[in-house]
Amino acid sequence: MNKHNRYLLPNGVEEALPAQAQQLEALRRRLLDFYQTWGYELVIPPFIEHLDSLVIPDHDDLDEQIFKLIDQTTGRLLGVRADMTPQVARMRAHQLKDRALVRLCYIGTTLQTRATGFNHSRSPLQVGAELYGYAGPAADSEILQLMQKTLHISGIENPHIDLGHVNIFRTLAKQAGLNFEQECDLFEAIQRKASAEIEQQLSELSLDSKIKDMLAQLIYLQGDVSLLDSAKTVLKHADSPVHLALDELAEIIETMDETVYLDLSELQGYSYHTGVVFAAYLAGHGEAIARGGRYDNICQVFDKKDPATGFSTDLKNLISFTDMVNTDKARIFAPYQSEREQHQSLQLAVKALRAEGKQVVCELPEQNQDVQSLDCTQTLVWENASWQCQTLKP
Amino acid sequence: MSAQPVLKIALSKGRIFKESLPLLAEAGIVPAEDPEKSRKLILDTNQDDIKLVIIRATDVPVYVDYGAADIGVAGKDVLLEYGGQGLYEPLDLKIARCKLVVAGKKNMPAPQGRLRIATKFVNVARRHYAEQGKQVEIIKLYGSMELAPLVGLADYIVDVMDTGNTLKANGLEWKEDIETNISSRLVVNKAAMKMQHSRIQNLIQQISQAVK
Repeated sequence: MNKHNRYLLPNGVEEALPAQAQQLEALRRRLLDFYQTWGYELVIPPFIEHLDSLVIPDHDDLDEQIFKLIDQTTGRLLGVRADMTPQVARMRAHQLKDRALVRLCYIGTTLQTRATGFNHSRSPLQVGAELYGYAGPAADSEILQLMQKTLHISGIENPHIDLGHVNIFRTLAKQAGLNFEQECDLFEAIQRKASAEIEQQLSELSLDSKIKDMLAQLIYLQGDVSLLDSAKTVLKHADSPVHLALDELAEIIETMDETVYLDLSELQGYSYHTGVVFAAYLAGHGEAIARGGRYDNICQVFDKKDPATGFSTDLKNLISFTDMVNTDKARIFAPYQSEREQHQSLQLAVKALRAEGKQVVCELPEQNQDVQSLDCTQTLVWENASWQCQTLKP
Repeated sequence: MSAQPVLKIALSKGRIFKESLPLLAEAGIVPAEDPEKSRKLILDTNQDDIKLVIIRATDVPVYVDYGAADIGVAGKDVLLEYGGQGLYEPLDLKIARCKLVVAGKKNMPAPQGRLRIATKFVNVARRHYAEQGKQVEIIKLYGSMELAPLVGLADYIVDVMDTGNTLKANGLEWKEDIETNISSRLVVNKAAMKMQHSRIQNLIQQISQAVK
């Protein structure tokens, strides 16, 4: 084996060097502290568990995304989590089921077989929050605000927040009487806003012209919140769930202090979402950088019917959009003292500085490295019968 | 008010570029140079905030998906091969029309057993035969597909067919259609479509006026 191969990481797997690791860790702490101020409790699901617990019903892609292995002691199939959402749902449905309302947050590394999603990584550092036990739009609004604040805290200015609602397309498809295959084909074309294909597919179906028009118009229902009124007009012949969906969106928009946009045909996660969906975009990036929405069936696999809404994002991806903040590098150099007495007094000074939270690097005996390369900006010197910090000349 | 961000439109040289020009002209966009004569990869236009990026046809969806270009013109054949839902395809430009077909040697009986298929459309070919439940061996080639059956490299080829003259000239014939409605599509980056919605929607509207 070529020795350089040992330096290589698998495709889509990254490591964090000190500057980046420091930034990630600082952000992780700030976010978890922030979620706590909103009453979200941290949970730490395991890295690996039985495969059945790691999948979301109707979310076919997720199963393919999971790295699998066999538990040598039981012969059962295990999976490394590709998404933490089902794990948190399991914890809610089992250990935390007695409480009507539960607010949980989580952070952890996940592993995916294919590099997709936020940044074409296979090992995102997923962070997110979930609100269980409340079906109304007030919960979605709270989660959406958490997502916005998460981006803000991460240093991302002016993301474009898009809202949609899966019940609009779902109801129209039902109203049109589409079978599963037709619904999938049309959905797929709508996701690409491929007007030519949508028109072709609709022309091949014998549908009422009103419903045909509504399905054809769906991709144009995109823009700022003023769009809601025209959406009501365009979709006026739709069944009642569509109108409920539009009312829910209006209610959520009302509660937001920052600008949000609408895209009534953008339905990432259509197969498992059950209500409002939202995503954040940045200029120049095709994929959303954070997303979330309502998935009331998520706990069903664990025999608990429970409304749920949540969001998640990848911290490693988020920090790649912000300038590397040079976190406090004001290190102090403590030169090695060979004399016992001097050594002891220096150690006391070092201890006091460290207790204040200062970073102190002690020189090792016969150490062969200059001060600058240790990133020290100050050095301790013996002056006026005590150890003083002195700024190093660059 | 601050100036609008520069809008980058990805185009490939040759047929797509030539046939896109009248469409772009309808939207008031005229390139400042001819890419066939210039070696520049980024061309200015008569509008300060619109530039053209000249790349290979198969790279257009990649550039637009990753946001390196906001808009592009790509053949449906290339988009089918690229796959995924990373892009919007809001307009069929109805230019550079052709078909994606399977072709083989003239009058050759269907070979038995596992077929060998030469193509540059690896994913399209794999999907096509998977839908028929056929196990095939796919050989990726980058050009001159028509040669493969003649020299015994493959039983069939999967390729685009315009008039069928190239097939005929090489003693090949059409065997079956994979996709009959291949034409160039306007593709748009998802974030660009969201963040510059009215600007891009206007552009699409203007270009669609010129689509025949």
